[in-house]
Amino acid sequence: MTELALASPRVWSGRRVVIGALAVGALAVIPAVASPFQTITICYGLVFAIAALGFNLLLGYTGLLSFGHSAYFGTGAYVVALLVKYLGVASMELFVLAGILGSIAVAALFGVVCVRYTRIFFGILTLALSQVLWSLALKLFWVTGGSDGLRVPTPTLLGGLGGPGADKVEFIAHRYYYYVLILFLVATAAMWVIVSSPFGKALQAIRDNETRAEFVGVQVWKYRWIAFVISGAFTGLAGALWVPLNGLTTPDILYWPFSGRIVFFTVLGGFRTFVGPIVGAIAYNYLETYAVGFTVYWQLVLGIVLVLLVLTMPTGLVGTAIQIFERVRRARRP
Amino acid sequence: MSLLETTAITKTFGANRAVDAVDFTVRAGELLALIGSNGAGKTTLVNLISGLLRADEGTIRFSGKDITRQTVNQRIRAGIARSFQLVNLFDHLSAFDNVALTIFARQGKTRSLTTLAGRDQAVADESMSILKEFGLAPKAPTLAGGLSQGERKLLDVAIAYALRPTLLFLDEPTSGVSTREKAPIMDVVTSIVRSGNITAVVIEHDMDIVFRYSDRIVAMHQGAILADGTPDEIRRNEQVTTTLIGTGETA
Repeated sequence: MTELALASPRVWSGRRVVIGALAVGALAVIPAVASPFQTITICYGLVFAIAALGFNLLLGYTGLLSFGHSAYFGTGAYVVALLVKYLGVASMELFVLAGILGSIAVAALFGVVCVRYTRIFFGILTLALSQVLWSLALKLFWVTGGSDGLRVPTPTLLGGLGGPGADKVEFIAHRYYYYVLILFLVATAAMWVIVSSPFGKALQAIRDNETRAEFVGVQVWKYRWIAFVISGAFTGLAGALWVPLNGLTTPDILYWPFSGRIVFFTVLGGFRTFVGPIVGAIAYNYLETYAVGFTVYWQLVLGIVLVLLVLTMPTGLVGTAIQIFERVRRARRP
Repeated sequence: MSLLETTAITKTFGANRAVDAVDFTVRAGELLALIGSNGAGKTTLVNLISGLLRADEGTIRFSGKDITRQTVNQRIRAGIARSFQLVNLFDHLSAFDNVALTIFARQGKTRSLTTLAGRDQAVADESMSILKEFGLAPKAPTLAGGLSQGERKLLDVAIAYALRPTLLFLDEPTSGVSTREKAPIMDVVTSIVRSGNITAVVIEHDMDIVFRYSDRIVAMHQGAILADGTPDEIRRNEQVTTTLIGTGETA
């Protein structure tokens, strides 16, 4: 109960900087020390982490639980696939730009409807709207490829400076990994600034007490909508980065279980901390990758993990780690 | 001179006329107490004036302007602020953040997504200054949810005060705190209100507090105004003493 979060220079405390630098350093050396399989698995994790960061702007900072973030992830992915199909675009920068703009457009529209409500009503609306997109992707097969989806070839990076080359695995595990890593770092820094800004504090105020937020002059509906659009943009960026990695997008990415996965990332890592969703996304991706290889009942394994997690670690992996650290620190005090 | 004036303001909930054609006036610079038994319509009247509820009939004029149809935000910008009967804080933000956020909102800075809140020294200084005025400086880093009831009441008022209002409504600022804490809270609140040239309306049930701190008292009963006068006039008002105070005793 003694955290001074808003105006304290401690937000840039030495410990946080050191941990952050070590994490970035570790991520930077992965392609050099790990197998391509491990690097690609981390790469997926980083992409999902961007989506989870966006999602947590709503859940952790604004108090809105969306069950429809597959809509924005899928929009990012499908916009890229449609650019390839209809315009023959191969530039990753255009993919990223179009993915973000597409998801902003969809989130702006859906947000107008959703942010007027909170709690279960908000959740159900986001879920229902995402399923409209899933249904469109499935039914408009002459445009979207239906259940077969759309293929996306390996893109060119930085205007052709980082071309795909002959070996796709080598490309994904090195050049594309670094591309994703840099965008992940940019997205993380941008989200950190947003949640640490006066706007971010206003969102936290809305989360804590909507009525009082209104009575200090925060325009609740408008701020929720802006948060919704930003959240959609981050998730759309993740979708745009994911589709070249996967090589294919199908309606599955718009279906509600994928929204559940984004919720899972965030709950696993801990939605009450900034880095929780990042850790959760990477951890979940590993968990799923190995659970799929381990048993055909991998969904059962993930379900059990989620139940155990909620029962034993409600603050998630990062929240629990912080609590343990605090306990140890208190115990060491004379 | 009237700072606020309601004319025939009415609010009904089903068959219940919670506020029934009330003409209510607040004069600039006074500390007015609004008294009445539970269900008299005091909080509903404040909710109508502050914008939490919409009036069914009647008008509200503030500083000469009709604000009846204005939003909460517009009324705040006009200079009306309030605290709440049930303490309304941002429990997962520190006491410091509760006040700082209010200052950011007042200055229109909550629209900024690209600046770090912690780097705004002017807001930090003003926040600490307000917390000091309310005796809450040592609690600045404590999450609002972890404060005592008395501290929460003070912080609730401090947040409203941080909006630098012209007219401040305080809805039962001493309810839920021990008898021992009541007078110190009111001492702090009234001292700040008077030194800041703020007009204040206090809803209060404790008659000792009412008679001790207010310049004028308005008594409500069953949605209407029963009496309006100085503390001495209200003390001598037989209708008030029998209806609201019960036995004819006034303090």
